[in-house]
Amino acid sequence: MIEIDRLGRRYGSRWALSNISVRIRDASVVMVAGPNGSGKSTLFRILATAIRPHCGTATIDGWDLDRHRDDVRKSVALLTHASYLYEPLTGLENLRVFADHLDRSRDGLMPLLERVGLASRANDPVSAYSAGMRKRLSFARVLLQEPRVVMLDEPYGQLDPEGFTLVDEVVCELRERGATVLMATHQLERGTKLADSMLFLEAGRVVRTC
Amino acid sequence: MLSAAIRKEVLLQWRTKSEMVAVFVFGSASLLLFSFAVGPVADALRQFSAGFLWLALLLSSTLTLSESFHTEMEHRALEGLLLLPASARDFYYGKALANWLRLFVLGVALVPVLIVLYDAGTLRIAELLLVIALGAAGLSAPGTLYAAMTAQLRAKQTLLPLLLFPLIVPALLASVKATSLLLLGDPMGQARSWILLLVAFDAIYWSLCGLLFGRVVEE
Repeated sequence: MIEIDRLGRRYGSRWALSNISVRIRDASVVMVAGPNGSGKSTLFRILATAIRPHCGTATIDGWDLDRHRDDVRKSVALLTHASYLYEPLTGLENLRVFADHLDRSRDGLMPLLERVGLASRANDPVSAYSAGMRKRLSFARVLLQEPRVVMLDEPYGQLDPEGFTLVDEVVCELRERGATVLMATHQLERGTKLADSMLFLEAGRVVRTC
Repeated sequence: MLSAAIRKEVLLQWRTKSEMVAVFVFGSASLLLFSFAVGPVADALRQFSAGFLWLALLLSSTLTLSESFHTEMEHRALEGLLLLPASARDFYYGKALANWLRLFVLGVALVPVLIVLYDAGTLRIAELLLVIALGAAGLSAPGTLYAAMTAQLRAKQTLLPLLLFPLIVPALLASVKATSLLLLGDPMGQARSWILLLVAFDAIYWSLCGLLFGRVVEE
């Protein structure tokens, strides 16, 4: 369960998020929609503990984002515009770095790369990858974490139609595994088909939920 | 998780090894230019050789320290790792050890250049290597912390030396003095005291910077 209570965050004097209060039940897919600059990415970054809120509180599975950051990080994965990848390393090596830091076995890495369609390019450096391939590798990183809460910020961005299907499949797979998925996308039609509920943001405020 | 951080750094260093050649050329060029400043006076060149070695290493360190965070910031890979349930301190020590290794190798590689340009050789090789190792440790620990602090700033190349140089003065002074005594002779056996001072400052830097790193990279 994700519980957000009067959450707010400002950049300088401008409030990017203000007075957000939402409850999200487990194993559900929530589409977060809104125009550019409405606060979607900020909300995700707060929930992933990348940045701290300036007011309000939020808990994930009972863990407070501010006080139990390490516990929250054990169960949360974030896919953002930044790929979080090392350019000089190969796709496989990038996953190895994350597997080592997560203390996970390296055995399952090639199947993961196959899952995202990168097995044949596993030993190429990321600097030789296209934007879409980087996105696929970032997806593999998210799956490697086996998270309970996944935040996907523009997951369809830079992907080809095959990649769109991959995202849909992965989201369904995560839900079946019991993970909660928050997805910010401008692909409203696709998102609506996958989502159990929707959250509309505008100028940092929740304007509608359904 | 320290082992994971070290493995990652070794891999990154191997993939970016060509940068080390560029830094070595920069350090050698600095030594060459310093020798021009002194002129063709053999005694004076020998006298100042230790100071110039550490100045060359210090200037080169600003390049290598700043560069060590380039790949971390390129696609916000550092943030990706910090969002894992891994310790920021382990990340710091992995990075600082990698930077130490770079500076140590660079320092050792500059010694033959020093011998050729300044005629400043010594038979106390083991002690000289120890001083270079300790001096490099004195540069890399605070250097890694400040490189992380300035990595996201536009003026990082200017700010890093501005922040770093005043802090490492004691370690630099001890390194220069100990190296100078090893190169020019040490009739009073003073080198040991300078080496111990260097060890003390290294201990302070490595423990304090490790503690502060988590706060520095938070947000």
